[in-house]
Formats: sequence, C-alpha cells, structure tokens
Amino acid sequence: MVAVLTRIFGVHNLSLAEDVVQDAFCRALEVWSIRGMPENPSAWLIATAKNRALDVLRRQRTARTFAPELGRLLETEWTLAPIVQELFEPEAIKDDQLRMMFSCCHPRLPEEAQVALVLHILCGFSTSEIAAAFVSSRAAIEKRISRAKKVLAGSKTLFDLSGSAALPARLSAVHRALYLLFSEGYHGASPESAVRTDLCHEAMRLAALLLQNPITATPATYALSALMCLDAARLPGRLDSAGNLSSLFDQDRSLWDRQLLAEGQKLLELSATGSELTAYHLEAAIAFAHTSAPSAEATDWAAIVSLYDRLMAIGRSPIVALNRAIAVAQYQGPERGLEEIRAIPGSQRLALYPFYHAALGVFELRSSRPAIAAEHFRAALALARNPMERHFLENRLRACEGTDT
Amino acid sequence: MSEFTFLFRGTPPTSPEEMQKVMEKWVAWFKELGAKGYIKDPGHPLERTGKVVKGQQKIVNDGPYAESKDIVGGYTLIEARDLDHAVEISKGCPILDVGGSVEVRPIRILDM
Repeated sequence: MVAVLTRIFGVHNLSLAEDVVQDAFCRALEVWSIRGMPENPSAWLIATAKNRALDVLRRQRTARTFAPELGRLLETEWTLAPIVQELFEPEAIKDDQLRMMFSCCHPRLPEEAQVALVLHILCGFSTSEIAAAFVSSRAAIEKRISRAKKVLAGSKTLFDLSGSAALPARLSAVHRALYLLFSEGYHGASPESAVRTDLCHEAMRLAALLLQNPITATPATYALSALMCLDAARLPGRLDSAGNLSSLFDQDRSLWDRQLLAEGQKLLELSATGSELTAYHLEAAIAFAHTSAPSAEATDWAAIVSLYDRLMAIGRSPIVALNRAIAVAQYQGPERGLEEIRAIPGSQRLALYPFYHAALGVFELRSSRPAIAAEHFRAALALARNPMERHFLENRLRACEGTDT
Repeated sequence: MSEFTFLFRGTPPTSPEEMQKVMEKWVAWFKELGAKGYIKDPGHPLERTGKVVKGQQKIVNDGPYAESKDIVGGYTLIEARDLDHAVEISKGCPILDVGGSVEVRPIRILDM
C-alpha cells in the first residue's frame, strides 16, 4: 500500500504515504473493534487507504505538488477519482511494488540500507523488528532508514522499469538485496532464532514479483528464485524436534519440502537460457546437487567441488572458499579439506565466523585428533551468535571429549 | 498562445456502467490534452444545481432550472494558438458523443 500511495503522492512525499497507511490501520482497529472483522479485511484496508488518499489529495492539492509523472490529473475532479481507482487495481499495485523495490535499491545507498528499506516499506516490518533481525539497535536502524528515505526523496518518482538504461545495474542490486534478505533469514545472526523463516518468505515473495514481470524475469532472477526455493525446501529439516540446528549431514531428508524442491528444479531449468552464468546459477546448481542426493554420503561431491571452483572464478569470497573446502573434505578426505582451509587468503576475516572454526573442528575430529578439534570447537563456541548455534557447538565439543576418554 | 474557456453542457449519464465508460473517456481526453500542453487549468466538473443570487435585492433562489442539456456541467481553461485551434481541440471532448456541447470562449483581456 505504501508503494501505491508513494506512486500517487510522489517519492518526495513518502512520509505522507506512510501516514495515510498508518491512518487506515488505526481506522481499521477502531471500526473492527466495534463492528467486528469485515469479510475481506485487506480489501477493507485498501478501500480505506484509497479514500484517505483522495481526502489528502483534495485538501492539499494547492499546497503540495504530488507525483510529477501523473501531471495534473490529480489536480482536478475531472480525473482525480478515476486515476486513483486505476492505481489501486491489483495489477497496478504489483507494478508499484516492483518499482518501489527498484527505488529502494538506489545506488547511493549502502546494501544494508537497501535491505532495511525493502523490509520497512515493502514488507511492513517495524524498525524494532528489523533491528532484531539484524542484531542492531532500534536507534541505529531508525537512523539508517531515515537517511535512506532522504536519498529516495531526491528522486521524486518511483524507478521507471520500462526503457531505463539503468535497469540492468539496478536489477542486479535488487537481486543482491533479496539474496541478502534471504541469507539473513537463513543463516541469520538473530539472537532468538537461528532461522528467521519470515525473512526467507518475504525474499521469496518479492522474487516471485520479479518473475511475474517480463522485464525483470531474467535468467538471473530465475536462478535466484531457484536458489531460494531449493534452500527454503530444506528449512523444515534444519531444526530438529528440540529446535536445535541440525547440519546437512544429520538432517532428516524426508522432512524437506517436496513441492518447493520441484518448484526450485523447474526454476533452475528456466534459468538456463541466455549466455550469462551468474553466481546465483552456480549456487542454485550446488543447492540442487545437495537436494537431489538421497543422503549426504551419496552426494555428488566431485560435481559440487567443480561448481565451487567456477563460483570462485566469478567472485572470490572467504565464505565461498570455506564452503568449497568443506566439499573438498567430503570428496577427498579431511586432510585435503584442512589444506584447502589453510590456503584461503584473508582467513583473518573468517576468524570471526563461528562455522570457520567449526569446520576446522570437524576435519580434525575426522582425522582422529579430538584434542585439537575440541580447541576449534571452543573457539567457535566463543563466537556463537545465538543459543541454537551455541547448543549445536556444545554437542560437537562433547563428541570430541567423548572420543578423548 | 491565447487562453480559452471550455464550458461543457450536457445530460449526465444515468447508469453506473455508463458513468464508468464516460469517466474513462474523460480521463483519456485529459491525458491527451495534458501531454500536448494545452491545459492552462483543468478546472472541475460542477454539481448540477446550487443557488442563484440575483439583483440589487440579492434574492437567493435554488437553481439553475434550465433544461438539463443546457446546464453547465464543468469548465476547463485551455491554451491554444487562436480560436480556430481551440475549436479544433474541443472536438475531442467526450461530451459531444452523448449529445452535449462545448462552448469555446476566448478569455477577454480588459485594457484599462
């Protein structure tokens, strides 16, 4: 709703759009508490927001300038109501959400600000919810969002998808933001829960929106969506019945979501057009190699290592290198895995990542050096970011001590 | 460029479906005029009745009670090269399709 209202009011009036939505929710609370929930609450909210928007436009049409792209159509009763009606049609709403997504991924904004803005404006997350998801203080997130809004306000209109030369660059920024949003949900550092499924679902919903528009449904978009589906399919297996993290090797594969796996496979096939091979393609292919294997042992590790090699060729990152080393260890044994990890350049950046130490611990343990393994698990434990990670690592540590005695 | 007033007269549509269609046509027409830069002030449609104040006594009556088709239903200010051009522009008005009329009147410049 904020996206539609921003289209109508102009990006420079973003806060006005938010006020109108807020207002619609307040009216809803008031009316619903007396008369009960209407049959279709979201239609009710949209109608209320639409009427409030008309009020605002009528009252302030001489005092403010609204969306410049709509010209003078909002100034006069000849066209005001029909135009607003048109913009509240479901197709127009989708369109505006898409344009808002692109506006949020403004090149002058740092990535984390883009993600926060997407969450705030398009997913309706409050600043405290975003702060919880990113392990940051509410004040810091508030500051980040209000700074980002100022940058947005400079652009007056929502990003124009048709015929913009900036589209390819902006689309890849949008992909990146959705990827980060999904990863935050999947591997997040959130203290209460290791997996914030709602973040994953929001990222998937927005990616689906990209797929619905022919301009934004590029092979990279298909690959990114495939990656999200294949990863999300494994969500039900990531936590065991006690709510503890379960590694890929121990997961009960029957818990994986078959429907999402099929969807992911279909999207991966659709992504295989054009000449561009993106990191999303490779990551999706890796995810598919994992999900299509009946067990961790029966996984095609050679294929996964070679996919990681190609991923490293596109964009080298210590995390990718670490994951590659884990695959190498599966394929050629823990000693080779250890060699690979030691060979990672810039591993001091990894030293703050608990699973770097955990991986070292696992390899040492498998190489029958439980004492050294225990050291690594202790280092990992000191860095654990939430109770589940801590619990997971404590179990590993106990396993080392078990073989020790 | 000179300024002209368009006064629209005609019978309003009766059914909601008709209304919907008529509104769509008006929106399309205004979009076109706006894109060509002809609109000085889009003006507004007017309610069909109000009050009429008359004479030194300032007598107030309900009204106007003209024939439905003669009631001014709205106005717009247009910028055009000359009267002929303004007339040409007025020919796109949707009110003409439903038996209405557009009165095209140049704005009179008062030299004092």
